[in-house]
Amino acid sequence: MLQHIVWTISLALMMLVAFGWSFVMLRSGIREEEFAPLQKRAYRLRTRLFWGLVALFGLPMLYTLFDLPYDALRPAEGAGAVQEVKATGYMWRWEVSTEELEANRPVVFQVSSGDVNHGFGIYDPDMKIVAQTQAMPGVTNTIRHTFTRPGVYRVMCLEYCGVAHHNMVAELNVKERS
Amino acid sequence: MADYNYVAPQEHATKGGVLAYLLTTAAVLLLMMLFGLVMRAEQAQLISIGANAFYQLMTLHGAGMVGIAGIAGAAIMWHFLGQYVRLSTTVLYANLALFLVGVAMAIGAVFIGNFHGAWTFLFPLPGNSMGLWSNEAAATFLAGMLVLGTGFLLFQLDIARALIATYGGLGRALGWPQLFGHDDGKAPPPTVVASAMVTVVNIVALVVGASILAMMLVNLYYPEFAIDPLLAKGMIYFFGHVFINATIYMAVIAVYEILPRYTHRPWKANKIFLLSWNCSTLMVMFIFPHHLLMDFAFPKWMLVMGHVIGYLNTFPILIVTGYGALILVYRSGIVWDMASRLLAVSMLGWAAGAMPAFIDGTIRVNYIMHNTLWVPGHFHTYLLLGMVAMVFGFMYYVTKPAAQHKDALIDRLAYWAYVVGSFGFALAFLYAGKESVARRYAEHLPAWVPYDRIGTAFATLVVGAALVFVGRFIARLAHARSAHLRAPAPLGVAA
Repeated sequence: MLQHIVWTISLALMMLVAFGWSFVMLRSGIREEEFAPLQKRAYRLRTRLFWGLVALFGLPMLYTLFDLPYDALRPAEGAGAVQEVKATGYMWRWEVSTEELEANRPVVFQVSSGDVNHGFGIYDPDMKIVAQTQAMPGVTNTIRHTFTRPGVYRVMCLEYCGVAHHNMVAELNVKERS
Repeated sequence: MADYNYVAPQEHATKGGVLAYLLTTAAVLLLMMLFGLVMRAEQAQLISIGANAFYQLMTLHGAGMVGIAGIAGAAIMWHFLGQYVRLSTTVLYANLALFLVGVAMAIGAVFIGNFHGAWTFLFPLPGNSMGLWSNEAAATFLAGMLVLGTGFLLFQLDIARALIATYGGLGRALGWPQLFGHDDGKAPPPTVVASAMVTVVNIVALVVGASILAMMLVNLYYPEFAIDPLLAKGMIYFFGHVFINATIYMAVIAVYEILPRYTHRPWKANKIFLLSWNCSTLMVMFIFPHHLLMDFAFPKWMLVMGHVIGYLNTFPILIVTGYGALILVYRSGIVWDMASRLLAVSMLGWAAGAMPAFIDGTIRVNYIMHNTLWVPGHFHTYLLLGMVAMVFGFMYYVTKPAAQHKDALIDRLAYWAYVVGSFGFALAFLYAGKESVARRYAEHLPAWVPYDRIGTAFATLVVGAALVFVGRFIARLAHARSAHLRAPAPLGVAA
């Protein structure tokens, strides 16, 4: 699951930063009077650190650009006729053209809003987000998604829209493909 | 070539205006922290204030924290920049007065008018309340933000004037002659470079912010004056992103100025430093689409730009400022006191918080993490343990009674409580974000409540530590009756 990968990588990087910081703090006590040579050594290390970071950050930065949710030709798992869903957010409810969907068939959600900004977030049966886009007045955003697992999915609002924002929930029933 | 010998700068007394800023910071920061604690306790189902009150507090917490971060950052920048250029005290006070007027208007709009449209005031929510607040309440809040922004714009214009008068232009203050030509070692000091960067980005951001606020105010009463919600969103996030980031770039001046005094080592503006700050000037402005990655209607190139710059933006933080601070401290013989401790840990908080932040700016990640608690998770790391730690460090610095003054046990305990509390508090948010817990929810699902309870416990620790910091700041200030005693003590290093 991507969320787990993101958490693990973030934690690892934060710990790496904390390690470097702690290393220096623990070696701050005894003074090295000559600063220029120390600085020279540190700058050499910084150059290596720079190229290390270029490699560490650059590759995922580029790699992840190959799978953008905006792409109209986004490859979808599964096959068959596309299931079209029109979803409109209102304070404080969702109007969804159909709540019955089939797994392993591509779904195209046309998401908009009838009043203010909302966030159209799709939660899987384990309550993990699988896709989202903003629901905006005067704008239609398109999500292309294929549900691979049957179950009850929830649509929850992911953009603050007023006092009942947290109650703005709809359900999608995803069944086995017939 | 740059001269790497350290020359101790001449200290000057902290001006009354700066102290007024810091006292305002202490009061507002504590109040907003308490609001935050109440919100977490509500989500944790430890108290019950209801959704309406939760969103009122949320609106004030956001607006108040962004505003007070601006005031605190401005105090630090003004204090140190005043050593290099002549700044207007009148403008300093005018900004504070306008800030207080703006805050009063926001509080009135929220607690009297029941406005709870969030500090981001996303169009058209302020004018679409479903009858829960009036147009007047929304107008008062928006006008309050406008008054507050006008004060900051005046403040920044005065800094621009002073920089131009002394250095002959903002480009020179950003070190362009040394960056693009021969580095003669005479580039402006880091404080000037950082102030010039902040001035450039903040003036643009404040004008954009004021424009959308004015447009929305007109729209409230003349709806035929139509606003494109997508354009409004872009303008609001541009303003908000740049302004809150600028507060860190203002506050980090405390690190640039105070750590060299403690380590007796210079922090010079060499070519790499200048390149980094000039790149940051552009990146802070052009990164803002990373807030809009889930607005598929924005041009794709803009969204990809936000994604790419999000990664690049970590380089100046890690490689130049964070690493630069570590070089100063490494084998320096520094004597640790509350000021140096808090400033050093602020580098950890800023750099560590940047990690989950840039990852969130990855489009594919944002698709499943946007507007979850992951977002307050990362920004609380670099604001609470970064920016705010710089501010508390500065408060300890300007009120240090004597060079050899030892910290009390309560100070040291509060320091550790703050560090542990901030990390725990932020990690509880981050973990909840990993679990897809939605952001800005007054009520949480039962499965989410355990994370809220852990977060509340750590938040209590943070608030307790902040109470000690603020209490000690006020007590030490009260003892510093003369300007002489208010002068910062530069000797944090063993002789």
